Amino acid sequence: MSKNNINGKSDSNTKLKTLKKKKAMWAYIFLVPQIIVFFVFSAYPIVMSYVYSFYEWTGIGPLDDFVGLGNYQQLLTSPRFWNSALVSIYYILGTTILGVGGALILAIILNDQKLNGKGFYRAIYFLPVVTTTAIVGIIMGNIFGINGFVNQILLNVNLIDKPIPWLTDPFFAVIILIVIGSWKGLGINMVYWLAGLQSIPNELYESAQLDGAGFWSTLRHVTLPLLKPMAAVIILLSLVSGINAFDLVKTLTNGGPNFATETMDLFIYNFAFSSQLGGGQVRMGYASAAGVLLGLFTFVISMIFGAASFGKQITNLRGNKRRKGGVKV
Amino acid sequence: MISTKSARLVIHVLLILFGIVWIYPFVWMVFSSLKTNQEFLTSGTALIPEEFQWENYTNAWHTANFSGYFLNTIIFTVATVVIVIFLSALTGYALGRIDFPGKKIIMICVVAIMFIPKGYTIIPLFKLVSNMGLSDSILGIIVAEASGAHVLFILMFASFFANLPKSIEEAAEIDGAGFLTVFSKVMLPLSMPIVATTAIMQFIWTWSSFLVPLVLTISKPELRTLAVGMQSFVQTYAVDFSGMAAGATISLLPVMIIFIIMQRYFIEGVAGAVKS
Repeated sequence: MSKNNINGKSDSNTKLKTLKKKKAMWAYIFLVPQIIVFFVFSAYPIVMSYVYSFYEWTGIGPLDDFVGLGNYQQLLTSPRFWNSALVSIYYILGTTILGVGGALILAIILNDQKLNGKGFYRAIYFLPVVTTTAIVGIIMGNIFGINGFVNQILLNVNLIDKPIPWLTDPFFAVIILIVIGSWKGLGINMVYWLAGLQSIPNELYESAQLDGAGFWSTLRHVTLPLLKPMAAVIILLSLVSGINAFDLVKTLTNGGPNFATETMDLFIYNFAFSSQLGGGQVRMGYASAAGVLLGLFTFVISMIFGAASFGKQITNLRGNKRRKGGVKV
Repeated sequence: MISTKSARLVIHVLLILFGIVWIYPFVWMVFSSLKTNQEFLTSGTALIPEEFQWENYTNAWHTANFSGYFLNTIIFTVATVVIVIFLSALTGYALGRIDFPGKKIIMICVVAIMFIPKGYTIIPLFKLVSNMGLSDSILGIIVAEASGAHVLFILMFASFFANLPKSIEEAAEIDGAGFLTVFSKVMLPLSMPIVATTAIMQFIWTWSSFLVPLVLTISKPELRTLAVGMQSFVQTYAVDFSGMAAGATISLLPVMIIFIIMQRYFIEGVAGAVKS
């Protein structure tokens, strides 16, 4: 030890450098598995999903029938495709309004510090989130069936005199799909909102109380404005997750009645893997083209809301600085 | 915020009533699984069966092959969780703890991955797995599910390792520990909370995964997971309602129990995700 010290700085410096180099080498070794997996199983499929979209292809045999933008052209003139886009938009907007809005109300109630049993309620309302969506779709298919539980209850209390075709009427089927999708996702939005609410400093509530503000005016002038930056993120996450309705739609209605609930991702699946619902023949290229359009659609939504939330975060940061300065003075 | 005691009581009553409706579908599922098919159709809204039909479970387990689906799901889920933790911890450690040339570029790539418009990647993935000769084994589904960059987990590990004090590894290095020893004996055990959060979140996601196992087992019924097996059960035995409910209970109960026991990790992980 002491000899090492006498030898001087340059020796320990080179030692430090070799140690650093060694560490850098290890860093690359640590990154290799992830990089390989990424290129093989993420980057390659993404690129190929674009490539396939320019071919007419049944999925079997060589990729040799190049059709250029033919698949896209066909999609954009297909009423069934536009219908699926519309169903997806209804579902995305519906689940965001119900799921995010309902979750905000619940989170504000559960954020009350003096409320007992918060953990219990949080667990109850979060429970549907962890359940398998495909299984939930099957259970709900029974509950909302023509002789299902919901109709039995409504008949028993004489609210209706004949069963409502919840899943076989085009209008009701979309509504039920949205309601169940919102129910399934509400818990996760609630936890997001709670995280946002807990980041609001307590002093703000206290000073609002000192100023004589009641529950509603505190909510309006303190809580909600401070949640705005978080809101953009939560809405974005909800919109993006609404794009993936496949598990629920496939098991609940399978797109029926007569494609009334066929979302874009189910449309793609039907053309790629189900010759029966895809018009008689597997069309991987056509499905891939629809997948690319869906990807672009997701990208545009993310960019719009991502930009909005980023802008808000910056203004919020400025606001925070000002507030902190104010407290110090 | 809410001041009076009576107001709070009203809130409790509403939260409980609404909570019962909220989880009633699962209660309905469990009790339906213990009815006969006859009773399922005729009992109306009555919840409790006259006599508990436990044999619905033995039938689902043996005859409808839920035992096979269950085993597949466990292998599929556990293997995926292990691979994801392995990849995310290594990547997170390299990015969070070590300075090396090119780190910034990799960091930017990791974040950019989230924003790339992906096409319908399941088709190329399906082709890739069969070209690799993995379409006949559960390995193919595992690889497809575990692949990709798990950006959230990578960032969680990276920020955890970045925030540990430098003195920890310096002490170990003075004792002569090499890089791998420091990582596996000191740093990884310290990151147990992140490992636990990753494990529980990935476990629940993979257990519930549907599209990947559905597509990759299209011609391989014996490799089906619970979610996919359930779907094919309903298609085959459309009128076996209590069998359906028993299968659904077998599929959902494990995740529900794990969630109830480990909910802190899961909810904190989700909350942490949106904060970052």
